[in-house]
Amino acid sequence: MNSAAEQTPGLLAGLTATVRRDLLLAWKRPGDVLNPLFFFAMVCTLFPLAVGPSVEQLQFSGPGILWVAALLAMLLSLNSLFLADFEDGSLEQLLVSPQPLVLLGLGKTIAHWLTSGLPLVIISPLMAMTFQMPLESIGVLMLTLTLGTISLSMLGSVGAALTVGLYRGTALLSLLILPLAMPVLIFGARTVSLAAAGDVYSGGIFALAAYAVGAVSLAPYATAAALRISNE
Amino acid sequence: MDKLAMGGYAAYVWSCFALTFAIWFFNGWLARKRHRAVYRDIEVRIKAVEERL
Amino acid sequence: MWKFLHKMASPPYFYKLAKTLAPWFAVPGILLIAYGSFAGLFVAPPDYQQGDAFRIIYVHVPAAYLSMMGYMIMAIAGGIGLIWRMKLAHAVAAAVAPLGAAFTFLALVTGSVWGKPIWGTWWEWGDPRLTSELILLFLYFGYMALRGSIDEVAKADKASAVLALVGAVNIPIIHFSVEWWSSLHQGATLLKTGGPAMDSAMLYPLLAMILGSSLLFGAQLLRRVRTEVLYRERRTRWVRNMILSPEAPA
Repeated sequence: MNSAAEQTPGLLAGLTATVRRDLLLAWKRPGDVLNPLFFFAMVCTLFPLAVGPSVEQLQFSGPGILWVAALLAMLLSLNSLFLADFEDGSLEQLLVSPQPLVLLGLGKTIAHWLTSGLPLVIISPLMAMTFQMPLESIGVLMLTLTLGTISLSMLGSVGAALTVGLYRGTALLSLLILPLAMPVLIFGARTVSLAAAGDVYSGGIFALAAYAVGAVSLAPYATAAALRISNE
Repeated sequence: MDKLAMGGYAAYVWSCFALTFAIWFFNGWLARKRHRAVYRDIEVRIKAVEERL
Repeated sequence: MWKFLHKMASPPYFYKLAKTLAPWFAVPGILLIAYGSFAGLFVAPPDYQQGDAFRIIYVHVPAAYLSMMGYMIMAIAGGIGLIWRMKLAHAVAAAVAPLGAAFTFLALVTGSVWGKPIWGTWWEWGDPRLTSELILLFLYFGYMALRGSIDEVAKADKASAVLALVGAVNIPIIHFSVEWWSSLHQGATLLKTGGPAMDSAMLYPLLAMILGSSLLFGAQLLRRVRTEVLYRERRTRWVRNMILSPEAPA
């Protein structure tokens, strides 16, 4: 019968509030969302320019290049996941709030995926066309990118939490996350290649899905622990 | 002598073994050097404090 | 038993114990490595596929094994330090990182040199273990970079422990994904030797090298941890008393 407990928002309310807040902040600062997106598009344009317009070559290397570009774009956006809150002190507020930090970190990461991963998935068909990828494989591309960017957001949140506020945090974040992201890259890119070649690709999809499920269930705990450590 | 020739692969085999032993020795030497440096550094500081007392 | 563990966790006790323990690891280790190297180089018969080039296995496999063992020690020590707040565990993690990284590098170089006469190139992306080993090296670099960029020791300890644990969980996944990836590319020759089972004249030197290298690794690790402990505890009373007392140094 504790009236304070009745007034404290429940877990789901805390989660949605965090997601809403971050989405609102991203809305007010469209640059944060658009920059990685433009980066993705630019990289996808640079490669055909550098490598040459041969259709065969583009089709062959398209999935790989698209995936690397998506990975790099995600890395770019991950840096600011906790940075703004760290700098203005709201991160400390999150730490002392009655909501579990695991949930709040998860909320921020979900918002991050909505503003970084999802846009990539949405414009990926456009980029796929610049690589002359067969139509059937574009669906697989979008599916793998969805699963993959979710995994990357989760994994990246751990790295971002570990490096928030550190000198040269961006470079360090890349060094920490890239080796761990290799399985996602491998499964994502190669699955799309298999689909483009008409081979069986379900194994890769399952692997990506399993990784994403594992990442979503485990990463938030590591992120919360890392946030506490970084804010001592 | 042809035991050492390693069937023509001498350069590959011997360079690998040489690098391996070099790393073992280097690690051992570096560890000892660091330990002595740390010890001496602490010793100097503590004895300096002792002198002043 | 608990009393022993409690004593082990105490830095001054460990400092003294490690000094007397190290030779017991080092001497058998060196002897085993000497036997393994000699037998591997001169006694074991040449491989029917690779000739004498296969002898690189006697340094490549121990190096690869140590690179993995080093990371496991780093992750487990970090986890123990994080969960049970043992300062000593964090010191072990910090001390083992450069050692593990060195052997990862050695595994990569010896693997590459071994590959040249076998594949004809210095690097073969189709070999999953070399690629996994390269990723492991990056994991080590990331760990050491994170440690280096945080000034406060306690914070660096905890952050790098989290990183090591996340990495440890990912290592089997990385390995599995790289194997799947290389299996798509047919015709990748692996660095295996001999027939289905290794000839015992080839096997025993290899086992000796693995065991001996592990023991020597343990000895060097004990020494490095001693230095790490000494440095971290430099302002404590027990260090002060030890240095001022009239006994043999270090």
